Amino acid sequence: MSARSSLLRDSLIAIAAFLVLAALPYIFPSKGFTDFVVRLAAFGIFATSLNLLVGYSGMESFGHGLYFGLGCYTFALIMQNFAVSIPVAFLLTIFLSILVAVVVGSICVNLSEIYFAFLTLAFQMLLHSLIIAWTPITGGDQGLTGGIPRPPFLGIRLDNYYHLYLFSSGLLVVCLLAMHHIVQSPFGYTLRMIRDNVSRAPFLGINVFRVRLMAYVIAGAFGAVGGIVMSLFVSGAFPDFAYWTISGEAIFMIMLGGLTVFLGPLVGAVMLLLLNDVVTKLTSHYGIVLGGIILLFALGLRKGVLDFVADMWRDRRQATLSAENRSEVAASAKPAVAAGE
Amino acid sequence: MLTIENLSKSFGGVAATNDVSLHFPKGSLSAVIGPNGAGKTTFFNLITGAFRPDKGRILLDGTDIAGLSPPEIVRRGIGRAFQIARIFPTLTVHDAILGAVQAHRHQHTVIGRRFPLPELEDRAAHVMQLAGLTSKAKIVSRNLSHGDQKLLDIALALVLEPQVLLLDEPTAGMGPEERWAMIDTVHRMWELERMTLIFIEHDMSIVFKIAQSVKVLSYGRVLAEGTPDEIRRHPEVIKAYLGDEFEAAHA
Repeated sequence: MSARSSLLRDSLIAIAAFLVLAALPYIFPSKGFTDFVVRLAAFGIFATSLNLLVGYSGMESFGHGLYFGLGCYTFALIMQNFAVSIPVAFLLTIFLSILVAVVVGSICVNLSEIYFAFLTLAFQMLLHSLIIAWTPITGGDQGLTGGIPRPPFLGIRLDNYYHLYLFSSGLLVVCLLAMHHIVQSPFGYTLRMIRDNVSRAPFLGINVFRVRLMAYVIAGAFGAVGGIVMSLFVSGAFPDFAYWTISGEAIFMIMLGGLTVFLGPLVGAVMLLLLNDVVTKLTSHYGIVLGGIILLFALGLRKGVLDFVADMWRDRRQATLSAENRSEVAASAKPAVAAGE
Repeated sequence: MLTIENLSKSFGGVAATNDVSLHFPKGSLSAVIGPNGAGKTTFFNLITGAFRPDKGRILLDGTDIAGLSPPEIVRRGIGRAFQIARIFPTLTVHDAILGAVQAHRHQHTVIGRRFPLPELEDRAAHVMQLAGLTSKAKIVSRNLSHGDQKLLDIALALVLEPQVLLLDEPTAGMGPEERWAMIDTVHRMWELERMTLIFIEHDMSIVFKIAQSVKVLSYGRVLAEGTPDEIRRHPEVIKAYLGDEFEAAHA
């Protein structure tokens, strides 16, 4: 399939997915369902953006929640304090997230795995501490309450729950389409090369620092979009959105859904949010049940759901290819080169 | 043309490369030999920027490249393959080679288009054909045999259209038949691409069969250099590396 036709195919799938999402509230006309999808949009974008780092670049960030929290708070603060439209606040939030990602990424991306993981976590906890300490601006541990104004734009009224649902679904689809395009681009394959063999890439002329920084900044920008959706959903911002557990949840989503398949984190987000909603209704010991389920995946499948399915398909395909290759070699075998002749 | 002048590198007081000066004419095929620990791989690491030399110059067509980073050195025309094949295990042979082509053509950070870029396919196909990997294009690299992984490693370096190609023990870990097939492939690549090829090798039958000149390192120093005939009769080389048995067998 040519590059143009694969892009067209992805775009058609995205449009179809959006139309299905738009129709679903008519089939499931409950506020609970639309709320679920809005939360799914926020976490789906966030977890998929983290997987740009974890799954495609081999950069295990423990602090990606920095951008979720930053997006959430920046958007809410701009909307509460400045008379700007939602698109302007959206773009300003992304711009600030990119700036922060450039600075944090420049410090972190060249570090080896464990140092990268914990330094990114440290930066996230720095933001969390700032939020807690800077009460006059951020509301401290109470969060940014009082709601955020949602002036209509382009006929979209985000104070209407169906409009918010459509807006969040649209963002989810657009962000997934954009991120899928990125991982299928020449840049996406360079990320895979660095992930597979970081010591080989420089000897092919690849500036690993530059490529990793680009990936980190892109992931940060998309992570902030997740935060913006969450800010619109809760009509404010809370310190929990910048706490380390938010990064942990995104990692759980990737582990549950799979990191080698693009939609794995989204599937993981569906699973984790459903588990969250179901288990919290049944028991107050939510953490124990969830931990048990994560262990089941980690020790049982040793991979996410989509990884499991994809690996079975890949193994079968590779076995067929190898068998075909052996037959070709056998058929075309010529007398071996005489050793040392 | 690659000229090494007084190249030195020490690790904690141990001189891995000690005042090495060597010359590799354009388009030549040279072997670097020596006992284990002689500093052969360190020598390659210094040329390719993996290590920064303590002193000395590395002149590529008269320009000093000592101390530059690996990507900068690659851009100036030096490619290398490794003793233990360094490949991209989850990528297919085709995708790995095309990834190297796009890096070489400065297309590796392109986001606005889809992989693979059609204008790069010809180069990838040419290199796969040179390396004898065309029939394995769709196989994921980690599923290749050891020999094919070594070939892929070399092909990745060859993609870069290097002026100088460094191969660190291209036949390491191979059986005799596979070893000669590899050497045939390498020799064919050298003939077709006309680059300066320098290889480290422990199998003296290979070295003396294909190398135009041989450089012998011992304890980080140049012990001898010359044609294969000169080296196999060199008393110091026989004493330090080849041994009397080799001399008797090849007398």
